Amino acid sequence: MEALKRTPLYQEHLRLGGKMVEFGGWEMPVQYESIIEEHKVVRNVAGIFDVSHMGEISITGKDTIPFADYLVTNSVATLKNGEICYTPMCNERGGVVDDLLVYRISNKKVMLVVNASNIEKDFNWVLERAKDHDFDVSIENISNNVAQLAFQGPRAEEILRGISQVKLEDIPFYHFVYGKVNGIDCLISRTGYTGEDGFELYIDPEAAVPLWRKILEVGKPLGVKPAGLGARDLLRFEACYMLYGNELSDEISPLEAGLKWAVKLDKEFYGHKALTAQLEKGLEKRLRGIELIDKGIARHGYELYADDKKIGWVSSGMMSPSTGKRLALAYVEKGYWKIGTEVFVKIRDKFVKAKIVKTPFYRGSVKSKA
Amino acid sequence: MKKYAKTHEWVLVEGNVATVGVSNYAQEHLGDIVYVELPEAGKEIKKGETVCTIESVKAASDVYAPLSGKIIEINEELDAAPETINSDAEGSGWIFKIELSDPAELDGLLDEEEYKKFCEEEEA
Repeated sequence: MEALKRTPLYQEHLRLGGKMVEFGGWEMPVQYESIIEEHKVVRNVAGIFDVSHMGEISITGKDTIPFADYLVTNSVATLKNGEICYTPMCNERGGVVDDLLVYRISNKKVMLVVNASNIEKDFNWVLERAKDHDFDVSIENISNNVAQLAFQGPRAEEILRGISQVKLEDIPFYHFVYGKVNGIDCLISRTGYTGEDGFELYIDPEAAVPLWRKILEVGKPLGVKPAGLGARDLLRFEACYMLYGNELSDEISPLEAGLKWAVKLDKEFYGHKALTAQLEKGLEKRLRGIELIDKGIARHGYELYADDKKIGWVSSGMMSPSTGKRLALAYVEKGYWKIGTEVFVKIRDKFVKAKIVKTPFYRGSVKSKA
Repeated sequence: MKKYAKTHEWVLVEGNVATVGVSNYAQEHLGDIVYVELPEAGKEIKKGETVCTIESVKAASDVYAPLSGKIIEINEELDAAPETINSDAEGSGWIFKIELSDPAELDGLLDEEEYKKFCEEEEA
């Protein structure tokens, strides 16, 4: 087995009592003291996450924008420089290779931010796609040169303002700037994965420890704490953001996942044909929110039943601290996905009553939907 | 005297009745507990069988019968406050009581010192 990779903050996590687990080939903190406590800190004040395991791929050259537009389903051509879009990247069957962020740095440069577990797969995929039409681009996996911190919560801007040398209030949602925080060069974006307002800071790996410590120091009087992957998963789940490997995979289309808003069928992209065909034929399954009426926790992979037959499966499920409800995201077959439909989740040997509900489960301080 | 199973349950025997819960070591590893699927009173159980399930934020974990017997009482409080197991696993976080059918099984359990050592070895 290959050794697990560690971020520049590994020793900090140990020092703070982080419980380390394997995640996508990385050794990451799942929690420090309590997942629920860290979740509450992010919802009420702000929490800091080490997300240095995320991957970054740089694309430069004359054909950067047309190439990026060919690569992903959302529109890069209509982005302004300094803007970001969330987007699926599809295979020829319309399945999702990965979901990622595209940072439009200039007319000749973009940065893709990809899931930690997919870095190699995505990099190879991007290299292959460039050959399809002989695009004039240079592609570089810069993941090892970039550390990333996410500072998320309703008071994130207020706390970060005191140590920022840029006007944070001038960064709209899904925009980014280059500037200094505590004298450290950063790419600062108003993005995140928690449903709360906040920032993602891309920095040199050597700057990770000093910046992490500084944010914790200035945030301490207000109750800022480090938050682990456990809280991150719980927060993104309540906001109904996709987790690759749960809601998304090579076999699931973005249309089925409810990401039609990020699929621009009026332009050409890889997988366009399959998605158009799927739309014309009609979807066979789609992602829905489920609320358990009877007790229990529905977890990833559990089966969904109605009319004595299997009609779907749970992609993520948890007890939601913000709503107090036992909730799940699930792929549900045609005929059963209407809001209010009664379904049953098979939990071990019991059939637990549930119903289809609206998503997202929770709306935080995030400015607007990307 | 409190005894422990290698599956991380604790047992406190008074007369012919054993109170059972999960150890403090186990609750620390489970993390925030959000739901306990409690067993039914009156059920006969055999040592080693799955009795009920504890759901933490991270995962579902089985609780095994450390001893054989009949379940005579369950801790209904856990239904409304499953986090009691986090705050007091080896006290008010008890889960069920068994009327023992074979008290000799007690000899197979670990005492506090032995269990502590066992946990340290598991950590290593």
